[in-house]
Amino acid sequence: MIAESGHYALVLALGLALIQSFVPLIGARLRDPALMNVARSTALAQLLFVGASFAALVMLHVSSDFSVANVYENSHSMKPLIYKITGVWGNHEGSMLLWVSILALFGGLVAIFGNNLPLSLRAHVLAVQAWIASAFYLFILMTSNPFLRIANPPIEGRDLNPVLQDIGLAVHPPMLYLGYVGFSISFSFAIAALIEGRIDAAWARWVRPWTLVAWIFLTLGIAMGSYWAYYELGWGGWWFWDPVENASLMPWLAGTALLHSALVMEKRNALKVWTILLSILTFSLSLLGTFLVRSGVITSVHAFANDPTRGVFILLILCLFIGGSLSLFAGRATSLKQGGLFAPISREGALVLNNLLLTVACAVVLFGTLYPLAMEVLADFKMSVGAPFYNLSFVPLFALLLLAVPFGPMLAWKRGDLLGVTQRLLAAGVAGLVAVAVAWGWARGGSALAPLAIGLGIFVIAGAVTDLAERTGLFRLPFATTLHRARGLPRSAWGAAFAHAGLGVALLGIVCETTWNSEYIATMKQNDVAHLAGYDLKLDGLFQRQGPNFREMIAEFNVSRDGETLSVMTPSKRSFTTRGSSTTEAALLTRGASQLYISLGDVTAEGAVAVRIYHKPLVLLIWWGPVLMAFGGMLSLSDRRLRVGAPKPARAKQSLQPAE
Amino acid sequence: MTRKQRRMTIIGGSLAVLALAAALVLNALRDSIVFFSTPSMVAEKHLAPGKRFRLGGLVQPGSLQRGDNLAVTFEVADGSAKLPVAYKGILPDLFREGQGVVAEGALDANGVFKADTVLAKHDETYMPKDVADALKKQGHWKDDYGAKASDGVKPAATTAQGNSQGAVR
Repeated sequence: MIAESGHYALVLALGLALIQSFVPLIGARLRDPALMNVARSTALAQLLFVGASFAALVMLHVSSDFSVANVYENSHSMKPLIYKITGVWGNHEGSMLLWVSILALFGGLVAIFGNNLPLSLRAHVLAVQAWIASAFYLFILMTSNPFLRIANPPIEGRDLNPVLQDIGLAVHPPMLYLGYVGFSISFSFAIAALIEGRIDAAWARWVRPWTLVAWIFLTLGIAMGSYWAYYELGWGGWWFWDPVENASLMPWLAGTALLHSALVMEKRNALKVWTILLSILTFSLSLLGTFLVRSGVITSVHAFANDPTRGVFILLILCLFIGGSLSLFAGRATSLKQGGLFAPISREGALVLNNLLLTVACAVVLFGTLYPLAMEVLADFKMSVGAPFYNLSFVPLFALLLLAVPFGPMLAWKRGDLLGVTQRLLAAGVAGLVAVAVAWGWARGGSALAPLAIGLGIFVIAGAVTDLAERTGLFRLPFATTLHRARGLPRSAWGAAFAHAGLGVALLGIVCETTWNSEYIATMKQNDVAHLAGYDLKLDGLFQRQGPNFREMIAEFNVSRDGETLSVMTPSKRSFTTRGSSTTEAALLTRGASQLYISLGDVTAEGAVAVRIYHKPLVLLIWWGPVLMAFGGMLSLSDRRLRVGAPKPARAKQSLQPAE
Repeated sequence: MTRKQRRMTIIGGSLAVLALAAALVLNALRDSIVFFSTPSMVAEKHLAPGKRFRLGGLVQPGSLQRGDNLAVTFEVADGSAKLPVAYKGILPDLFREGQGVVAEGALDANGVFKADTVLAKHDETYMPKDVADALKKQGHWKDDYGAKASDGVKPAATTAQGNSQGAVR
């Protein structure tokens, strides 16, 4: 009964989405407020029904109703409750349902908080949202229905892929989807602006918070996914340039560019056409990511699907939306008026450079992701494009971008003084050079580029601090004045500084981890001691333990340094009987920002166990950086400017507080 | 500066960055692409020792030998040819004889494939996609290999170096 209700709710949501796709547009054409307002109610009703449908699937998973194929294939009655819930989106059908639910959520939020939008703009935006939603409802109902029943219900389910039975699954996909799908809003705004043929600075002001929300979630989602891979896969890698990871990185790069170009448009009313194009491209890359992951074109962790009909269907959606929106752009973009002159050396110029480097870096990633596929189809040979390719192409471009980051926020709008900014950044530059020298003296082994990269990271962080110091008059003015100024500084300025510093922090982590990590791989018997980076790790013994739906072998390590016991680490190896597969649960010991990492291999006939121990210096900075960036984004989101001062100030207070 | 000059500056800058990116990509393509081969393709092509590539096929049953200090040797076969592989390190969780495997490395002077990365899969019946396609092409495909290929699959990777190059999950 629950399954049928869920299915029915989804069909109703499709019906509502179809109404929402056309009625508001007719209303806008006839200038009929009643028809245009249909969009608002249908968007909310749609959210209600998709929510009901999603809740139904969650209930089916929680109650382990194995008469539903999706539950049978991905669940097990002995599975802990949390994994029963997260298992809902740990499979193709469920994750697509999550995708449309989040899409409906964003549509609903525009409906609720969009009161101060011009009526016709809101109608258009929600209609475009409904086009996307209809396409994906159809996709789910026709190719990936999660509510299908099995004629003869089995007694027990086949369990969720053990690798996915982790808290990471609870956080990573929803976050990532909030980011991916969140960019649909800026896409819908862009299409609406093109249809209406009207765009101004207020448009950018509406779009920016939504983009920012999506960007924050995407940043956190990517970082979370990376940390998950790091501790779950058992060999300490945190980024693999896997096509699926690239699929999330590309919208992030384009989205970051969009965030910055929308700034120019909002403040200076320039770069309009470019901002519209970026909005379209960002969401197109999100769709491309969905296609790459969902169609099974690329086999990897996330490719649950292998059914070609699904691939073709998503490809059709992809072509329809990307082709349609780009044609509309080509036809209408020239009618948008250009405005806002600026000199090449100015804040705008710096933001153009930022956009240029980000989009080109994004294009490089796109090339690296699609080139092997294209060669396989066209030339019929197989190859892989991995880290070495990106190290030689993406990394130099990004290094260039990072070098420019401290200059951007310090240049004036319209016409900037590069020499003056350089002088003010002198201290930051010196800090960077000192860091290079220190790293050079300290480093043993590793690439000669590593100290330079460390210096770059420090320069970026020091540049962000300099920017704040300049704005508040730190060291120049009395301390009380500085404090007063710091309070008066717009939160977006603080946000920018935090986000930029986050880049530098992440860079430091990446460089330290890749250059100076040390490892120890060997077979160890009881009471053997491994020495690594000043730590002594003694294997106390091996134990067996029974978990809810697995058995695990735990190794107990006593970690000490200079004879002083620090902690006990217990990596384990779990074997899941239902799927007959096993996972490696690494043990982590955090010391400051560095980590010790132990994962287990096979047990040999003599009772010794193969172990892999890593010392990863400053590895946590890799994820603290993105967290800092997201925090900066949130600060910027709470800026007064985005809450008040929108065209209808009286009602604007609630207008642009986006999804929480 | 006139409007035209400003525009030209921006266009010129854009072209410069694009040219830089194109140069970087072309350079990277020359040095860092890793091709995929099966043992019979290796036999046909006479690959030079030291040239990195990915080797895919089935682990020959009975060929796995463990030496001292985590050294392992095994043979990778694709029905018509076999190639000995040497590896040092921990094999992935689902490395099994008779099942699909992808290894990355290069041939040494004796014609032994020295792998520094070994990728295997997590699901019992799943075959790495590259291997499945190659076997199909050569007519050695048995249907039961791919019977459950649609399950959640994750080739686990393991590597002898800290950072493997191009290892995919």
